[in-house]
Amino acid sequence: MSGVRQRWLGPVMFLPAVLYVVALVGVPFILAFLYSVGDVKVGSVGYHFVGLKNFASVLQNPTFLRSLRNSFVFTIASQILVLIGANLLALVLKNAFRGRRFVRFLILLPWVAPVSIGSIGWKWILDSLYSVINWVLVRLHLVKAFSAPMWLGEPKLAMMSVILVHTWHMLPFATVIILAGWTAIPKDIPEAAAVDGAGFFRRMFQIELPMMLPIINVAVLFGAIFTFTDMTVIYILTRGGPYDTTQVLPSMAFFTGILGSDLAEGAAISIFLVPLLVAVAWRMLRSAHRAEVV
Amino acid sequence: MAVVQTRGLTKLFAKGQVGAVVDVDLESREGEFLVLLGPSGSGKTTLLRMIAGLEEPTSGEIWIGGVLVNDLTPRQRRIAMVFQSYALYPHLTVLGNIEFPLKARRMRKVERRQKAQWAADLLGIGRLLGRKPRELSGGERQRVALARAIVREPSLFLLDEPLSNLDAKLRASAREELEQFQKKIGTTTIYVTHDQVEAMAMGDRVVVMNHGAVRQIGTPADVYDEPQDTFVATFLGSPPMNLVETSDVIAGFRPEHLYPAAALPREEPVLRLAFRIKHEEYLGAERILYGVIEGGPFDGKKAVARMSSTLAARFAPDTVHDFAVATKDLKFFDREKGARAEPRALA
Repeated sequence: MSGVRQRWLGPVMFLPAVLYVVALVGVPFILAFLYSVGDVKVGSVGYHFVGLKNFASVLQNPTFLRSLRNSFVFTIASQILVLIGANLLALVLKNAFRGRRFVRFLILLPWVAPVSIGSIGWKWILDSLYSVINWVLVRLHLVKAFSAPMWLGEPKLAMMSVILVHTWHMLPFATVIILAGWTAIPKDIPEAAAVDGAGFFRRMFQIELPMMLPIINVAVLFGAIFTFTDMTVIYILTRGGPYDTTQVLPSMAFFTGILGSDLAEGAAISIFLVPLLVAVAWRMLRSAHRAEVV
Repeated sequence: MAVVQTRGLTKLFAKGQVGAVVDVDLESREGEFLVLLGPSGSGKTTLLRMIAGLEEPTSGEIWIGGVLVNDLTPRQRRIAMVFQSYALYPHLTVLGNIEFPLKARRMRKVERRQKAQWAADLLGIGRLLGRKPRELSGGERQRVALARAIVREPSLFLLDEPLSNLDAKLRASAREELEQFQKKIGTTTIYVTHDQVEAMAMGDRVVVMNHGAVRQIGTPADVYDEPQDTFVATFLGSPPMNLVETSDVIAGFRPEHLYPAAALPREEPVLRLAFRIKHEEYLGAERILYGVIEGGPFDGKKAVARMSSTLAARFAPDTVHDFAVATKDLKFFDREKGARAEPRALA
């Protein structure tokens, strides 16, 4: 009895995870790959292999190239902001002070709240007519009521807005990881550095941050993958507009493949992301491994 | 070289009192090896950390080399400290670790290299400069920590139980080396330990602490032979001093001073005791006898004797023997506070 149980318990417990990965990640991935080299449209029957035709057509599309560039701008800019912000927050939160728990809770909120709800809040904050930011700016006589900035309607401002909202959303996660990294440094080491004559900045940039580097790497690479594959903030705030200036690859794939019914081309756009993400994931696993060894 | 002085130095912690320091007045001498000795929680590490500037005193003053350093950061105090964990920077090589204090002083690269090489050679770790701390043994790490401490030729050296992470065999040789090393560089050193053997072997003077207060300061011989109170008497020595309470006083004598009466010179004034031996521990070079004193002023009190194995034949358990303590080896403590009292005749 117990032998049978031992032999089956493990695989049975493991099965849901395997099913989940196969059904929700594996199958769609293979389908996407097949679609990207076929001629499938929403509602079409049959499948014809067309080779790399979809990729060729995508590459000639100026919107695709713009989205590719936007994806990089969006990811890199928001990750830099997240990194700086998370380090500053962690620096503040690692020291004990009155109300620290409450502040920690507040900072975690954007991450816990569904991103769609948060983004809808931001949509109103940045709205062209009802923006509270503009209301404040007008009342402070910093801008005129009729020429107030259209946060989501002007190409540069729109890109800036989506980057900032996405940063707001990603910040808590990175803060928690970096905070954990900081608490993992034995207290003796910064103290030894202080006695050795290092001031605050030398301690921070030559001792503490380098010691946390493997952990920061993990936070950044995680964040980069999340950002590169995410379209929620952009979909809700700008739908890729104005004139595709905030369009990124995931949102473009969605608009082309699902809303535009061209499944094959949508799939080709998504598949385009794969080699890049694999490279990032590989680096991430490597530095996670290194973090363990140290 | 510098002298450290503390005046009424006190540190109180909010919760409980473990590690607190109460009203400590201390003065080191030039080039001295001063050992802070005490059980864990006696405040010796807290005292050291206050001198280093890592802990802010609740009240009192700290003077280093004639300067009041209370408001100076660790960086401004220009001292060197070796931590119990060694606190090597794990992402830097041995060279990077040793050079770090010089870098913090903005020394030029060529000069820095030279100094680091000098310190490394002094400690015999010249060939390890390219390694990372995790690739070193415990003994090697300790040397790197020492090299990092001496490289900028500090005026004061603070060492917090630097030998406690080494295995027993290595500890003995590291202890001797460290002592020689301190004599060679001649820097005033404050050394924290809970190990009385280390304190006795290395210290020019020993500061015995308990519950945050200094109980006695003196040479190893002073604190061992002339303890100022019952705490010092029992903390030093293994097994500790025998303390026997009589009606008006506490009398104490070291186990090695309790002899078979026949072994003591005849002209020596002695206190004779009938000693019923309960149990004997044979430790090779010496043996420890546990027993009870019968008759006289110490009737019924437990005592321990310790003697060289060559001194007498083995004692059968539960036999009574004629033992004696030389009168000059009897110490007296008052019954209320346990403080040292004048010698007196026993009733």
